[in-house]
Amino acid sequence: MPKKVRIPTPLRKLTNNEELVEVNAATVGDAIAELQSRYPGIQERLVDEKGEVRRFVNVYVNEEDIRFLQNKQTPLKDGDEISIIPAIAGG
Amino acid sequence: MSEHHGYMKALKCRECGREYPLAANHVCEFDFGPLEVVYDYERIKKSLTKAAVQSRPQTMWRYRELLPVANDPTVGLQVGFTPLVKADRLARKLGIRELWIKNDTVNYPTLSFKDRVVSVALSRSKELGFDTVACASTGNLANSVAANAASAGLKSYVFIPHDLEHGKILNSLIYGAKVIGIKGHYDEVNRLCAEIAGKFGWAFVNVNMRPYYAEGSKSMAYEIAEQYGWRIPRHTVVPMASGSLLTKIQKGYQEFIKLGLVSETKYAVHGAQATGCSPISAAQKAGLDFFKPVKPNTIAKSLAIGTPADGFYALRVMRDTGAAAEDVTDDEIRDAIKLLAETEGIFAETAGGVTVGVAKKLIASGKIPRDDSAVLCVTGNGLKTLDAVDGYLGKPREIKPSLREFEALLAQEERVNV
Repeated sequence: MPKKVRIPTPLRKLTNNEELVEVNAATVGDAIAELQSRYPGIQERLVDEKGEVRRFVNVYVNEEDIRFLQNKQTPLKDGDEISIIPAIAGG
Repeated sequence: MSEHHGYMKALKCRECGREYPLAANHVCEFDFGPLEVVYDYERIKKSLTKAAVQSRPQTMWRYRELLPVANDPTVGLQVGFTPLVKADRLARKLGIRELWIKNDTVNYPTLSFKDRVVSVALSRSKELGFDTVACASTGNLANSVAANAASAGLKSYVFIPHDLEHGKILNSLIYGAKVIGIKGHYDEVNRLCAEIAGKFGWAFVNVNMRPYYAEGSKSMAYEIAEQYGWRIPRHTVVPMASGSLLTKIQKGYQEFIKLGLVSETKYAVHGAQATGCSPISAAQKAGLDFFKPVKPNTIAKSLAIGTPADGFYALRVMRDTGAAAEDVTDDEIRDAIKLLAETEGIFAETAGGVTVGVAKKLIASGKIPRDDSAVLCVTGNGLKTLDAVDGYLGKPREIKPSLREFEALLAQEERVNV
């Protein structure tokens, strides 16, 4: 059973304008790798040279920030939805 | 002929330096870094002299060359130039030689510093052809977007956490804005708005219009420098939510130095947070250059951002200017709101309590030396967060309309006070 990844506007050029992409990965990190195998170049947009999620990229699993979960090791189960969202300002 | 952009040159990624056209776009396609407006400072220098500034109306637009609009502004023409108040009574209480309050509790029209950023964002939105504006907000921004959109004839949607102070909700509804309460905290509102902004063709002031919006905050720094006698104060204390205001205050000071409007001097821009939502001050105190997101729990709802988008840059500014960060509890916030009101006659919202409370701590700990001078940025009006002090101020004494009763009350009061 697949999990869904919601692709943000700045990355849709890489996914042929697909907004919702299905993956079978077991963790968030694996999901990023799976995206990379299908859409080459997407990984370097999301993670830095050290393999960490870039500091201006926020990743959510079912609306929870992965930094409150297990970061890239956060496990995924069937039907989970991952959102990738740029940090935005407030107030 | 190239398109006319006023004094702006491009948008540029703060992380990798890639440049983008001056459109409604806030994020670098490559590394998601925030985009920032690049200006033509050589041209600005020729036009923005002290004499030119002083000849213009007393609003934030007297520094127009440094604000990101291509043409003359069309929204919020009366915003800014709020009083810089010499706060001698508060200075004595806090034990510092000289203290000033930059009083944005009386900013026009919605009584917070957000009118500065919104007048820029909406003027630019109109230039780019939008007819609907929107925002994700902790309250003050929603009020300002709603009011300024109404006066500009723009449609507006404002998204807020559903449990905001009652006053802040009514203060958006009154202007006819579509107010959407999200069952979650601000960071969740923000995430949803990022998704909505990608889908609808609206000008989201703090999403796709953010590069323009955020620059409006610089006007507070320009005003402080001018009102302080064309000098930069040695210490400035700024409340932090996303951290954007603090970075823009420093940028404003830096631009005035670059343009020769003030002389180069050592200054520190200190950051203030509520202990119940202190990801930036916690990181600064621990000596880190990154922060850990938190789930907010504080009465300072206007500062309750657990994932501060400009946290990294705020930490860098504090490090580069030799500044400190501090945070205060809910009780300390209420005490500071009362102290400011009782000493200076200024009723600030909770964020103002945070700023004053933190200044008190920084002076007590010597991080702001007692023989120095400091400016405190008080960014919003207490009438909007009455819930925060309700029940903490005592009650009026009630008597019959009788002189005898009043005299008895006074006598009793004197016995108590002796």
